[in-house]
Amino acid sequence: MAKRKFGISFVQVVNHTRCKMKKALSVVLFVVLLLSMSGIANAQTELSLWYHGAGNETERSILLGIIDDFNMAQSEYTVVLEEFPQESYNSSIVAAALAGDLPDIIDVDGPVMPGWAWSGYMQPLNLSEGALDDFLPGAIGEWHGEVYSVGLWDAAVSIYARRSVLEAHDIRIPTLDDPWSGDEFDAILEQLQASGDYEYALDLGMAWTGEWYPYAFSPFLQSFGGDMIDRSTYLTAEGVLNGEAGVAFGEWWQSLFERGLAPGTSQDGADRETGFIDGKYALQWNGNWAGINTLAAVGDDLLFLPAPDFGSGSTIGAASWQFGISSSSMNAEGANAFIEHAIQDEYLAAFSDGIGLIPATAGAAALSEHYSEGGALEVYFGLSEAQALVRPVTPGYATVALVFEKALADIANGADVQDTLDAAVDEIDQDIEDNMGYGFGDM
Amino acid sequence: MRSLSFENQQRLLIGLRYALLILIAMIFIFPIVFMVVSSLKPDMQLLRDSGSLRAFLPVGDISLDNYADAFERVPMLQFFFNSVFTTVVSVAAALWLNSMAAFSFAFLQWRGKALVLSLIIATFIVPFEVIAIPLLMVVNSLPWLGPGGIEIGWLNSYHVQIIPFIADSLGIFLFYQYFRDLPDELVEAARIDGASIWQIYTRIIMPIAGPILATVAILKFLGMWNAYIWPLMTIRSEELRPIMVGLQYFFQLNTAWGEIMAYLSVVTIPVLLFYLALQRAFIESIATSGIKG
Repeated sequence: MAKRKFGISFVQVVNHTRCKMKKALSVVLFVVLLLSMSGIANAQTELSLWYHGAGNETERSILLGIIDDFNMAQSEYTVVLEEFPQESYNSSIVAAALAGDLPDIIDVDGPVMPGWAWSGYMQPLNLSEGALDDFLPGAIGEWHGEVYSVGLWDAAVSIYARRSVLEAHDIRIPTLDDPWSGDEFDAILEQLQASGDYEYALDLGMAWTGEWYPYAFSPFLQSFGGDMIDRSTYLTAEGVLNGEAGVAFGEWWQSLFERGLAPGTSQDGADRETGFIDGKYALQWNGNWAGINTLAAVGDDLLFLPAPDFGSGSTIGAASWQFGISSSSMNAEGANAFIEHAIQDEYLAAFSDGIGLIPATAGAAALSEHYSEGGALEVYFGLSEAQALVRPVTPGYATVALVFEKALADIANGADVQDTLDAAVDEIDQDIEDNMGYGFGDM
Repeated sequence: MRSLSFENQQRLLIGLRYALLILIAMIFIFPIVFMVVSSLKPDMQLLRDSGSLRAFLPVGDISLDNYADAFERVPMLQFFFNSVFTTVVSVAAALWLNSMAAFSFAFLQWRGKALVLSLIIATFIVPFEVIAIPLLMVVNSLPWLGPGGIEIGWLNSYHVQIIPFIADSLGIFLFYQYFRDLPDELVEAARIDGASIWQIYTRIIMPIAGPILATVAILKFLGMWNAYIWPLMTIRSEELRPIMVGLQYFFQLNTAWGEIMAYLSVVTIPVLLFYLALQRAFIESIATSGIKG
């Protein structure tokens, strides 16, 4: 453009302000010196604790109680809590790790722990001998033979059913020792669907995307004899995800939707929440966290049934949120002391009563409202103890979970089972290779 | 067959036009109606109604309980203050700084101006997600004068939510485009009358920059009010969190949908008010953009 020719230079402006800035800088430095001299030494060592439960007042009050007890029980450390929303907690931890600003104590979701340990965010725990002897296996986070995290509770899934419905259709009520076989389960689904009383015989929760897919559905694959990855090496999914058992699982999975026995990926989230309670679905595959609300709506008629056995035993997922120590903590001794304090039975029972999850020890279960003998959710402790299998303990799980979710959704929507599982294996193996085995073997 | 008179044809056209406009308006209004109506219902009823027209009607068990529960679950007033504070300061600073930068590009002569302007405009194509981690590293190593003296790192503060977002390439570009199209005579006449560069900026240019100020203010307001990723990465303390991060508080094992709708209804009000306050200038800015002075 040919305008703006009145040509005022910045040089004059800069020279004019330079003199003023020198004076201002002198004042600032003087103030800084005064402020620096006013620091007050703190007698106690502060332990920072980051927790994922922001927005859950019950969890907060229980955790604050544990912290207060710890802070009062000794004089060397003071635990200070910072809470984060669960949905974004992992992002906050990764950002803090990048910034070199991790707290002393972190809580970590069970399947995420190997990734954080491998990435150098965490250090192994150093708890007293026997401190974890009575813990459910799913509540202990192990990586390369060392315990990195421990949970105050575990979670489990089961089949929700109404006793009246099963009795009306003359269906056997399965037990932990004698669950439905795969064929029996399939026949029951056909029978319930054919009754015409329900929109669908089984609600799998297809509307809940994300971690629900590997957590809730991989146990079916494992019961068929397959898995998401070869756990003997953690270096490939070849043969276990796309082998004979994997394909058999995939074909059964696809048939559930082809036969109209279960709502597919287009399931409305609202139906997932209310469908079983409203009687749209005869059976529901759901977690123990929904048990109390469903009991309130359905009453004593509600049953929590074990997963069916497709040939290799009944299996359910395990591992929930756990406490660990960051690798950058300079106060690991204090952090270990706090974790050991927090895993006392009375606290595990308090958490269970407050948020409905499974106490991590039998002693705590006996103290709890819902999981003690005769409690409404008692069956879940047995399920967790007998059937729980943690998700693959590898840093590559993040990729495995995403790939598995997509494969299951594709198969549900009609994709060729063998091709889809082969493609999933390729993707998982490529990720393992790209990350040089994630610390397993020589790649 | 009898044809319609011209008058009737006009009426029909107007009727059709209004019908179309109403339809389009409903597409935008219905989600807001759904949000507000749902905020008054218990979770189970909300979910059951969501598949029918009842979702848009305040029927059934209606109450303000979700609002009370949402306020109890989340320190909403604190989050609200944090968002208002960071947004207002950012918008004010951005209007000042970006307009000055654009003024420099439009009216001052200095070496390399075209190159610098090109570089600034080129940053449009870089999404925030790409620079988020490098930016985190940068702010984590910058000094700040705190109550305990000079501290290294800006994390967990108000200023880390404000300062990195004041200079804004889109804002500079919009101001520059607007200034460039102003008549030359305005500035030249001021120069002849002896006005300084500061006087030209404050007394000649800015008083007639209302429409572009409104546009940049609205865009900046929306960006800052909706800030989510950056606060997640940089803020540790609940006392400093903005309102959008608070939304995550409701996604527990059993999601509190009614409270989410109540929270969103409260969160949306300032955005609507801010837009309505500047609506006229905003539309004027869009309507006149591209017209040469």
